Amino acid sequence: MNYWRKPLDRDKVKPGDFEVHILKDRCKGCRFCIDFCPRQVLRDSDDLNTKGYRPAAADPAKQCINCGFCVIVCPEFAVSVAMRLEKEPNV
Amino acid sequence: MTIEIANTKVIDQYIRQDRMPHIWCPGCGIGTVLHALIRSLVKGGYDMDKVAMVSGIGCTARAAGYVKMDSFHTTHGRALPFATGLKLANPDLKVILFSGDGDLVSIGGNHFIHAARRNMDITVICVNNFNYGMTGGQMGPTTPTGARTSTSRSGNYEPSFSIPALAAASGAVYVARWTCLHLRQLENSISEALTRKGFSLVEAISPCPTVYGRLNKQPTGLDQMKYYQTASSVENGADPMKVGIELNGKITCGKFVDIERPSYLEMAGFDKETR
Repeated sequence: MNYWRKPLDRDKVKPGDFEVHILKDRCKGCRFCIDFCPRQVLRDSDDLNTKGYRPAAADPAKQCINCGFCVIVCPEFAVSVAMRLEKEPNV
Repeated sequence: MTIEIANTKVIDQYIRQDRMPHIWCPGCGIGTVLHALIRSLVKGGYDMDKVAMVSGIGCTARAAGYVKMDSFHTTHGRALPFATGLKLANPDLKVILFSGDGDLVSIGGNHFIHAARRNMDITVICVNNFNYGMTGGQMGPTTPTGARTSTSRSGNYEPSFSIPALAAASGAVYVARWTCLHLRQLENSISEALTRKGFSLVEAISPCPTVYGRLNKQPTGLDQMKYYQTASSVENGADPMKVGIELNGKITCGKFVDIERPSYLEMAGFDKETR
């Protein structure tokens, strides 16, 4: 038996399509965003930045839910979350 | 179907881009606290021309140079007298004091208790990293007993200051403490402190991996954040006399004091005066 309910507007409301942007050269590789992300969207980058730090990078395979914690925990002001808006094609 | 990206980055309007990246070490939490302050200023809808940020000397005090508002970088420990003068000369300004523990309660400890006693209309954000970070991690009055620093190699044998207890005993009207991991609470607390008339203090506990954590078995900022995650507990309204921090011990967070008391400007009659 399930103890939870389905939201009534489950068909209509879609979670937004979010993506994490990181200013690569501002990141100092403290890993706060990587470890505290609830969906493990972020990971270590494969290459180094110009200062020699290993910046964080977003994993395109994982879905960000825009909790915003990476944005506010980043001490370097390097992370931002953007939403992809789907527009109707111009006819 | 076309795809458009809506960016939600607002912080860049309020920090000086040309001075980035800042000098703070990787793993330091001061940037996080500064971010929380700017978010609460934006959320409160303050006119940035009417906000002044004062800071003293130290790692934390560099924040005054990184924000796009009127800021004042003063001498060591004397940030509160400068802020007091600024507020008295122009009572319309919203004066925010953003400084570290070494500046506020160590070198400037006497100014701190007297500003709290007078109930000056200043919002103080004290970033506590338990040592003097900029000069090389020397032991300070907020260093917990037993902690190793560069000037207490076999452990600090002095009892430490508890900043909320000091502020509450001196007469502050708003006292709260959060760590660098309690970011939403920190933001809300700063927003509340900005609306209070009188001396309001928000203590933010910040990691200092380079010179403090490394000697105390927390070598990275992430280790210190994990420690805050496991060791902190939220107790709003706790007795500020009982929230002292021991080495690797429990951290009590929350809003400890929220009272009303006539502020200095009200007592001096600045409100009635037409300027």
